Amino acid sequence: MSVNARYEYKFESRDKVENFHGMQVLYIYWPHHLMFCSPFAVMVSPDMTFGDFLEQILKPAVASHPDSAEADFENAEWKLNDGPFTPDMSATMMGSGIDHKSMLTVTTPGLDGISGSGS
Amino acid sequence: MATKNKKLNLKDRYQYLTRDMAWEPTYQDKKDIFPDEDFEGIKITDWSQWEDPFRLTMDAYWKYQAEKEKKLYAIFDAFAQNNGHQNISDARYVNALKLFLSGVSPLEHAAFQGYAKVGRQFSGAGARVACQMQAIDELRHSQTQQHAMSHYNKHFNGLHDAPYMHDRVWFLSVPKSFFDDARSAGPFEFLTAISFSFEYVLTNLLFVPFMSGAAYNGDMATVTFGFSAQSDEARHMTLGLEVIKFILEQHEDNVPIVQRWIDKWFWRGFRLLSLVGMMMDYMLPKKVMSWSEAWEMYYEQNGGALFKDLERYGIRPPKYQDVANDAKNHVSHQAWSTFYQYSQATNFHTWMPEKEEMDWLSQKYPDTFDKYYRQRFEHWDKEHAEGRRFYNNTLPQLCQVCQIPTIFTEKDDPTMLSHRQLVHEGERFHFCSDGCCDIFKHEPEKYVQAWLPVHQIYQGNCEGEDVETVVSKYYHINIGEDNFEYIGSPDHKRWLAIKGESTGKKADSTDQNAA
Repeated sequence: MSVNARYEYKFESRDKVENFHGMQVLYIYWPHHLMFCSPFAVMVSPDMTFGDFLEQILKPAVASHPDSAEADFENAEWKLNDGPFTPDMSATMMGSGIDHKSMLTVTTPGLDGISGSGS
Repeated sequence: MATKNKKLNLKDRYQYLTRDMAWEPTYQDKKDIFPDEDFEGIKITDWSQWEDPFRLTMDAYWKYQAEKEKKLYAIFDAFAQNNGHQNISDARYVNALKLFLSGVSPLEHAAFQGYAKVGRQFSGAGARVACQMQAIDELRHSQTQQHAMSHYNKHFNGLHDAPYMHDRVWFLSVPKSFFDDARSAGPFEFLTAISFSFEYVLTNLLFVPFMSGAAYNGDMATVTFGFSAQSDEARHMTLGLEVIKFILEQHEDNVPIVQRWIDKWFWRGFRLLSLVGMMMDYMLPKKVMSWSEAWEMYYEQNGGALFKDLERYGIRPPKYQDVANDAKNHVSHQAWSTFYQYSQATNFHTWMPEKEEMDWLSQKYPDTFDKYYRQRFEHWDKEHAEGRRFYNNTLPQLCQVCQIPTIFTEKDDPTMLSHRQLVHEGERFHFCSDGCCDIFKHEPEKYVQAWLPVHQIYQGNCEGEDVETVVSKYYHINIGEDNFEYIGSPDHKRWLAIKGESTGKKADSTDQNAA
């Protein structure tokens, strides 16, 4: 549908990738760890490797969770947006098909949050 | 002789001072004078059918309001002179006022602007006068709320720059974007959104908790404001119902348009009220009732009766009402968790509930609190006691429509987030729910413009790249005074000094620099 207006109603998206000065937004969701209230929103370079992303971004982001020490993200179950995803530690974001405002979902079987409560 | 009776009766006075002040234009096309009246597709066949709920004229309006104002300000003065802030239940309560002053009072001002605008857009004189009066009411509410709470600004932190913060601080984009969405719609959608969905259907869930909360917690200034606004609110609610019935009775083609607006604005209002839910369950030291009880009483029961009444017009209850009803057992805990972990960027303090409060929550939320939330809170409590007060140092994903972080969970599985996403013109967009996703799908061009605070920080539009600079420079939040944990904060210490108590053991263990 389009907006019902008295004039041609057309505006550019405020969050198109060009507005992020060469970077892109990435969301990461770790299910059953709702101590982090929502998926994280981070900025990454399209040239960043997946391995660097894990070490430099994801691991520090979740470090305060009691499950983080046991979480094996390299061998976890990954989803990119709505499809399956197999991470390649040496591939770049762009090379992995991770585009602007993509969302990664990483599930770590056996880790179900604080006292198994999903937190 | 007619001249002997100098005083007009109510009916005549109303006729002379409202409808008779309008005229039929002769040398301009009516469509050119009221260009906004048609484009939404609402068909009005006879404006004279508009029934004013309170046949109030301007002269009577000024008189009533002036009388109320006189009493109100006398009480504000007495409250200030008697150091009324010392009689509140606990200084944690003041944080509810900080949320109100920066989140709600600016909405009253936005409502004033909105009603002043639509009051110009209708060709029916009765509707114009009603909107004009509500506009003035809203301006008065915005001002009197600020005056009611200004006394607290002398004694507590975080109240110093509310309207400025409203335009900038991340979570305040939630109430701000709600009203911007309504104000940038056509006049009939604005009235359906604000007069009907908000004022009529949901306002009791905002006003009753805040004003009863003030009464329970010894805040005479805010209670008195509440009483002073009550007769206005009653008028606004009646207007809300009249608006919807009038539109629906005018033409059957209006029904599907109004239904879609009700679906949208119920959902947007429900999301906005998450803030009130957490205020009731977590921020009031003396609890009035739980959010779940309030939702049952004011929405499920009263709203249920209302939508039964509207059935005869072909209107059904709002879409996703079942999701909202189920969420009454979750949203307050989810919202408080969010503010707790992002307290480094708020103009108010957060804390973990005391043991008795946890037990109260278990009792009020027997099916959800112990199962999904208690472990999280006890863990945070323990971390805090050991000097590691938890703050989330990574920014959250926001919903493109309601702008709340995507914190809400699935109705059928409260351990999973109800995240949705779609691609529009090659760009991905993310939502907290089907409700918000549907709103986007209907008018994507409107929401692609959303000013999402997290993305704005990343784009470099908020005076800094790190949270600390954004919070202090762009938000005007005084770091270490307004934000972070309540225990051990300057507000907490001041309160203990007022009460003649020393800083407790728990306060000493606080590390304010944990973030």
